Parts: sequence; structure tokens; C-alpha cells
Amino acid sequence: MDVVFKKPHALTDAPLHYCPGCTHGIIHRLVAEVIDELGIEGETIGVASVGCSVMAYDYFNVDFVQAAHGRAPAVATGVKRSDPSKVVFTYQGDGDLAAIGTAETVHSAARRENITVIFVNNAIYGMTGGQMAPTTLPNMVTQTSPYGRNVEAVGYPIKVCELLSEVDGAAYLERVAVNNVANIRKAKAAIKKAFQNQLDGKGFSLVEVVSTCPTNWGLTPAKALEFVETDMLPYYPLGVYKDIYAEGGEK
Amino acid sequence: MGEKVLMKGNEAIAEAAIRAGCRHYFGYPITPQTEVAAYMSKRMPKIGGTFLQAESEIAAINMVIGVSSTGKRVMTSSSSPGISLKQEGISYLAGCDLPALVVNVERGGPGLGGIQPSQSDYWQATKAGGHGDYHNLVLAPASVQEMAALTIKGFELADKYGMVAMILADGTMGQMMEPVEIDDIEIKTVDKPWALTGTGMKREHNIVNSLYLKPDLLEIKNFERYEKYAAIERDEVMYEEYLMDDAEYCIVAFGISARVAKNAINAARAEGIKVGMLRPITLWPFPKDALLARADQCKAFISVEMSMGQMIEDVELAIKCKKPVYLCNRVGGMIPSPEEVLAKIKEVGGAN
Amino acid sequence: MSALNILYAGFGGQGILFSGKFLAYEGLIAGKHVSWLPSYGPEMRGGTANCSVIISDEEVGSPIVDKPDVLVVMNLPSLDKYENEVVPGGKIFVDSTLIERKVERTDVEVFYVPATGMAAEKKIPTLANMIITGKMLKEIGIDLDNIDVVLGKIVSARHQDLLEVNKDAIKTGYDL
Repeated sequence: MDVVFKKPHALTDAPLHYCPGCTHGIIHRLVAEVIDELGIEGETIGVASVGCSVMAYDYFNVDFVQAAHGRAPAVATGVKRSDPSKVVFTYQGDGDLAAIGTAETVHSAARRENITVIFVNNAIYGMTGGQMAPTTLPNMVTQTSPYGRNVEAVGYPIKVCELLSEVDGAAYLERVAVNNVANIRKAKAAIKKAFQNQLDGKGFSLVEVVSTCPTNWGLTPAKALEFVETDMLPYYPLGVYKDIYAEGGEK
Repeated sequence: MGEKVLMKGNEAIAEAAIRAGCRHYFGYPITPQTEVAAYMSKRMPKIGGTFLQAESEIAAINMVIGVSSTGKRVMTSSSSPGISLKQEGISYLAGCDLPALVVNVERGGPGLGGIQPSQSDYWQATKAGGHGDYHNLVLAPASVQEMAALTIKGFELADKYGMVAMILADGTMGQMMEPVEIDDIEIKTVDKPWALTGTGMKREHNIVNSLYLKPDLLEIKNFERYEKYAAIERDEVMYEEYLMDDAEYCIVAFGISARVAKNAINAARAEGIKVGMLRPITLWPFPKDALLARADQCKAFISVEMSMGQMIEDVELAIKCKKPVYLCNRVGGMIPSPEEVLAKIKEVGGAN
Repeated sequence: MSALNILYAGFGGQGILFSGKFLAYEGLIAGKHVSWLPSYGPEMRGGTANCSVIISDEEVGSPIVDKPDVLVVMNLPSLDKYENEVVPGGKIFVDSTLIERKVERTDVEVFYVPATGMAAEKKIPTLANMIITGKMLKEIGIDLDNIDVVLGKIVSARHQDLLEVNKDAIKTGYDL
């Protein structure tokens, strides 16, 4: 019997702890498939962040270091500077990357650190139980914005790809989603490019993956995928925000 | 080098680190330690190393974590307010059992404080400045030569025990020049099978981590770590005694305070007062046994510190409060004068 | 001499720290224990700068010179501040171009050297510090035998042209 579908080698056998319907699992799989396809498992070092993906080190079959909240790009900088022959990636959520770790994010981009950043944006702090994130949409209800995000009082969401597109050092920025098959295929292509860029020495590459949090959004998995389409993507449009090596440069 | 040259303490630290095989330095500018970064920025590019001025102290210590997790020697340096910012990373280094060298060239505090020398980060350095149960190895140089020697020693101890070694100096030690000789040393390396070097598809993946969601596991990690600390307290204590054989009074002082105290002791001896000094070189592990051994012989102890009295508590604990311990201190960037220390010796002598 | 405590003081930019370093190396080359401690901070240019140098037969204790055997002052605020700190019988070297008043103490030896004026005349305006240092060497009994070696240590390789003018300045002071 032919095997037509199997777990990527770069994923371990550890059962994922993510909630039912959460798209972290899909994104993990895409990263692992890319590692397999590029044949870099033995040379890859991951940097886990704080948030739902804190235990990514258990799920990927590659060497891993767990970083403090927001500090993954700084830790990745150290790893990469120690051994530039290794493939170094961070896997971070929105609170980690766009709130407490804003400085590390912007400056690792500014330095054009030759690392790959997988940024999972689900507009909420999942691990701690659904608090308002830097990417929470205007008027969106969370545990700490129970009347909806009031931008007058707490400010506006941060659009990471748009923000970083103004940073000269950033080499490649693309926003993708994993809410349907077509988008998942595009997401994988973007992730692959972000890793290939590193192999080619092209510098800081970040893929923002618009994701879901059915549990904390209070939606079924199916409704959560719809919410991505109806609410998230209008605010966070998909596309390539910067690619300094592409013809025409950036979007 | 083989010959003595004049170097600033900060430069001696940087050169010694390079001799010790450190090829990665991350820092952020702050007075009075900036010469370390300046020296590294000149030298590292010429020897294939990394000098990186980070966006913050926090980023710098996390870059240190990154390099350390790959098994290489790495350091950062700063002064008091910057060391406060690094505490998060230092706690993570402790929790991950990672080696690193952290240099604190102290200045006055709290807050932005001042830029003149101080020793008021003693508690922060020796009592776990960040969250959680842990210790750093804390080394207190009292000369430029020791700035170099203890930097090398710090890297060796950090590697040996898988933990942070901190050089606790002060603005005077960092800024002063003295003759120093730094020979090429044989670098003592230790195996680091836990290091992140890529699996090469030949082994299970290595994980460097401080997260243990199961409390029983986290408890075991803490107990194990404290067994290591107990071994260090037994094996790695360093101190120097000065004129203690017949001493009736014992000064306890480290770093620049010990230098000042030496003048005062010489002056007191000239007047017939039998006073000596025990100078801790490791502040953690603290030379508890050595102090206790002098408790019966001495009538009183004097802790000379540039703080409001931080080390004095460890002195009292070490001698089990058998004898009175007096404080002789200046703070805020002021340095006690030998005359002030002498006056304290006489005052204590009169009372005891 | 068991220990010689020297305090240099003046404005930032007058080469106070450089002179101190020269002196410390003189001691080092002569096989003595030495220490050099600068004031540091925002007064790097224009404010007051001072520098403690100790040359000793024994290990140096405190590197801070607050009771100098030798005081070299290159501005009035420094003379005002440190005149009374000099030990009785000590020596004070005054740049008399920049400091008009006389030393009031009578229990010290005073040497007035118009170093800044002389440096200007010799078209080496930045080397008044080395002229007054030359005079000081003479008076404290350090000869110029090691001057080439010492200057070689502290003048960077890129500025070897400065070596000769420094030497010239020191000799000018020494021969006064």
C-alpha cells in the first residue's frame, strides 16, 4: 500500500497541546514540511517564544532554545552570529512579537539579521486566556477589552508587515493566512521563501500568518475561519509587503 | 604579552575575555563601563569575532543567551541601571543552566543614580537579582590585574558549573590604570553535549529551556541546581587575608574599599592597633568559614562598603553574630578615605 | 621615596590625563608600583579634570590621591580646590600663564611655570601640560633617561610625529 500522507520528519511524535480548531497545528506542519523539503533539519535551530507556541521546542525535531517573552529575535541573533552556517528561525505570536518584543523585532529587521521569523497573528493573547493583543481589531471584545477595543482609549492595532516595510533592513515581508486551502498553499510558499532567503544569505525574512483562536474568540472552528475572511483580512490585507530582491522591490 | 603594560580596568577585562576565547560580545553604552564595549568594537572584527551594540540591555543579554545556547563563550557588560535591565535574562540563564560572563562596573543608585563608583549592587549580585531561586558566581576584583585574572577565571567557572559568572567591579576599578600582564592562556574547555549545534540528523534534538509546567519536575530541577551550588560553596571560595595572624579587629572589604582599607590598616598598625583584613574575592560563594574561623580571635569586625550596609549582613551571618560587626561606609558615588576608615578602627577599638 | 602621590588638575582638554599616564609609565619603567586614576564623567571637555598618580616602592593601596605630595595645577579652580590638601613640605607646580594668583601656603615648595605661554611661543599650544611635567620631573628627581621608551608607550603608532614634539616640550620644562 502506498503512503500518500504522512507526518513531516521535522515534527516529533509529541501530541500538540493546541485547542481544537486552532491553526497553530497547520502552521507547525507547514514549517516542518519546508524544513523537510529544503533538507535542513539537521542544520536548523529554532527559537521558541512565550505564548501558546511556547512548547514548540517539543514539536519540532530540531535543536531549540526557549526565549523570554518578546526576546526571540535577540536570542536568534545570538544563535545566528555564533554559527552563521545554521538555519535559525523564531516562531512568535502577536503579543510576543508586536507588544513586549517590538524593539527586538524592529532592530533585528534593521540589522537585516539573516534569520527567519514566523509570526502568528490571531489578534489575541491565547495562552493567558484571551486578553487584548497589539493586533486586536478595533471594537473586538476580549477579556481585557470587555466592551470592545476602544481605540480612543487604548490605541490602534499594529500592522506588523506595514510597519516593518519602512525598515530598510527588512528583506522580505509577506502576510498570509491559513483559513482555506488556497491560502494555506500560499502560506507554505511564503514560509519556504523565507527559509530559502536565509539559505541564500538574503537577510531578515518575516512571514505573518493570520491565524485563529476559536477558544478565545468564542467561535466554533468553522466560524473562526469565517471571521478571518470577514474581519481579519480586511484589516490585515494579504500580500507581499517587501521583497528587496524581487523585480520592482516592494509592494 | 609577557610584559607589563598600563591598562584601564575595563580594557583589561576586554582583553582578558578575548584571551579566554570569548569571541562574542553584546552590550549597550553606559558610563562607567563603556571602554569594554569600545575595546571589543575595535578588536572583535580583527579576530573574526562578533561585537554588536544591541538596541537595549535586554536585547544584549538575550543575544548572550543565544550564543551561550550554542556552547560558545560569550559576555556582556554594563553598569548598575543596565544590569537591572539584564536581570530577566540572567534569571533565564540560571533557569537554563547556561554559562555566561556578565560584568557590572557599578555606579551609584538607586534609579539613574549617578556615574561615580559604588558597591550598592551587592545584594542584587549575590542574592539573585532576578526572579526565582538561583545564584550567580560573583567575583570582586581589587586591582586591574585581578580584573583580567578574574575575567578568565569567571569564564572557566561559568563553563564548569553552567551558570552566570558576574564580575562585580565599580567605576574606580573600571577607570583606573595599573600595570597588568595578560599572558596567552591555555583555554580550559568543557564538553557541552547539550549545546545547540544542529542535530546533523545524528542525534535527538537538544532543547535549552527553563520552562517546566509540571511542578514536581521544576522542584527537582531546583534541588539539583542547589546541589551544584553547595559544591561551589565548598570548592570555589576565594579570599585574601592581610595581617590577620595577630589581628584583634578584622576589616571585611572588597574591591576599591579593600584598597582604601589597606592604607588605613597600615596607618593603624603604625599606631600599634592590631587590625587586619579579610578581603572576599568571591562574594558568592561568600567566605563564611574563613570569617567564622576569625570570630573567636577578633574582638570586632568592620564591614567597609560603598553601600548602606549590604555585605555586613553576610558578615554577621558568617560569624554567627559572635562578635559585633560595625559598618564604615560612603555611598552615592563617594569613596571612603583611609582617614575615615582609620577613625572607625579607633572608634571600634575604643568600644571593644 | 616610599610612595609619591601626585595630583594633576586642570581643564578637560589640557592633556591632564595624558601627562598622568606619562608619569605612571615613568614609574612603571623604573620598576615601581604605579596607579593612575582619572576623574570621569561629563566634564571630559572644558570642565575640570583631574588625575591621581601614585608611584610607590610597595603595592599601591587606595589609588585616590586626596593628600598629594605633588600638585600640578593648570587652572585657578584647581588651585583653589587643592592648595590646602597638599601635604606640608609638598610641591605645587602652577601654570602661571593661566593662574595669576600666588600660592598662599608657606609650608610647601612652589614652582611657577608659564607653561601655556611658553607652549604658545613654541607653537605647540597643546603641550603646556608636558612643559610643566618636564619641570616637575626635574624637581622630583626623575631624569629623562627613559623618555623615549615612555613616550613610545603612550603615543599611538599613528601619531609618531607627536613623539618628538612631546619630547621637546618635556625637555623645555626640564631645562628651565
